[in-house]
Amino acid sequence: MKDASPAKPYALHLGVIALLFGLSFVLPEYHHGLLARIMVLAVFAMGYNLLFGYVGLLSLGHAMFFSAGLYGAGLAVIHLGWSVPAAFAAGLACGALLALVIGLLALRTSGVAFMIVTMMFAQVFYLVILYFAAWTGGDQGMVVPQPMRVLVLGSTSLDLTNPTVRYMSALALFSIVLLISLAIVRSGYGRVLVAIRENEERTKMLGYDTFSNKLAAVVISGSICAASGAAYALLFGYVGSSFASVQYSILPLLWVLLGGAATTLGPLIGTLFMYYVIDVASGYTSAYLLIVGIALILLVLFFPRGILGSIRQRWLGWLP
Amino acid sequence: MMPLLTTKGLSRSFGGLRAVDGVDFALMPGEIRAVIGPNGAGKTTFVSLVSGRIQPSSGMIVFDGADITNLPAYARVRLGVAYTFQITSVFANLSAYDNVALPVQRTLTDGRSKGAVHTGVMAALERTGLADRADMPAGQLSYGHQRLLEVAMGLALKPRLLILDEPTQGLADSEIDNFIELVREIADSATVLLIEHNMPVVMRLADRITVFNAGRILAEGTPEQIRANAAVQDAYLGTTHG
Repeated sequence: MKDASPAKPYALHLGVIALLFGLSFVLPEYHHGLLARIMVLAVFAMGYNLLFGYVGLLSLGHAMFFSAGLYGAGLAVIHLGWSVPAAFAAGLACGALLALVIGLLALRTSGVAFMIVTMMFAQVFYLVILYFAAWTGGDQGMVVPQPMRVLVLGSTSLDLTNPTVRYMSALALFSIVLLISLAIVRSGYGRVLVAIRENEERTKMLGYDTFSNKLAAVVISGSICAASGAAYALLFGYVGSSFASVQYSILPLLWVLLGGAATTLGPLIGTLFMYYVIDVASGYTSAYLLIVGIALILLVLFFPRGILGSIRQRWLGWLP
Repeated sequence: MMPLLTTKGLSRSFGGLRAVDGVDFALMPGEIRAVIGPNGAGKTTFVSLVSGRIQPSSGMIVFDGADITNLPAYARVRLGVAYTFQITSVFANLSAYDNVALPVQRTLTDGRSKGAVHTGVMAALERTGLADRADMPAGQLSYGHQRLLEVAMGLALKPRLLILDEPTQGLADSEIDNFIELVREIADSATVLLIEHNMPVVMRLADRITVFNAGRILAEGTPEQIRANAAVQDAYLGTTHG
């Protein structure tokens, strides 16, 4: 947040991107596929973190923004036969528009009321998906046919079902969103968002229209989550209503809390950690959720600010 | 000369209590005006109405010739009405630098100042003597320094009217002298409206004094006139010093 030398944070973030790029060539097939999925979902977590971590607005309805992207892209491909870039843009636009409308309504509340209002809107969105089963596939969901998942760029066509193409596409989206987040939180706008989190009344008395700033944050957050959802539909080919359920509103909150709220890399660390704890634990026992629960309790006890949040507090104060 | 700020019949009730009751008030550009009065006289409510933190029940507020009665607080700040809080409310978890950067970048966005954020921030911190503490979290500054930071934030807003709500509360005597100097400097470029309980500070600083009692203006005049005013002595000085 300081105007100190920007070299270190940018070097760190570019280093993480380079590491993820390198991992593509050494990881065994299973972990390669898992990491691609984790990167797409980490984008979801980054979108959530912008609103929760930086502005301090706890939403319990972000599944609707993810699934707005998921269905926006998926329906455009399946029913309208749109190309991959057009479908992605459709998903993004659906999420942005939805976030604008929800933001205008939900930001009239704050605190617990905001949590409840966002959760109710997300439930409505979920039920709407189930109601229009003829179009959305209801609770069965839909599979995006493989021939539709080809990205045509001039004379080359990239098959998004190919593991390497899929991994690199996920990495590209992840990198763009990571660098956008970094730029936002280091900007004057990021400083205003943190000020709103710390003391909204005071921020108003410094001449800031906090409602507009919060609304912009909801729209950016919703758009990032929608980008994640649209990419999920196009890269993994499944569009399902479970992604709109309340579980997917709580998961990004968990990922962000684990990795460290209001840290740029925390969402990736949290998503990665959670996936691998589940992955490893389920290899040993069918009661893997018990192990996940114990891991979560230990983390909260020893890393109350999340993994990166605690590291920043104790050792690396410059972490963005 | 046209007043910078005028209120006409300004009132605000809380339930049955008329905290501010039909106040007609005028403030000339460049003056240092102190508002005094016993506790509960409506001073803080009055400046809160002027700054837009609360809405009036009735009446009108005119700033620089424009009716600002219905403007939200943030819009008034952009016009040049800055308010520093009675209870210190700096952003405790942000550095002193970031605290001041917020108002500086606001005035840059509004086009009311020019240059880089960094220059503006350091200028305001140097003026209040906090430059060497720029990187400290505001919550770790001493109380006196937090009050100064509050003033630095007000200054950085490039106000035309700076409202200081009990700025010397909790300051040591040595700090108060510096503070009086600082307010005199500020008054070169801005009009100052000051709520203050410390009477020596009021007498040394104010060009004119307005005395509030029970939501109304009881008296107004130069420090000498107020000191000699029998009604003021009864209502205010008598109750606190007698």
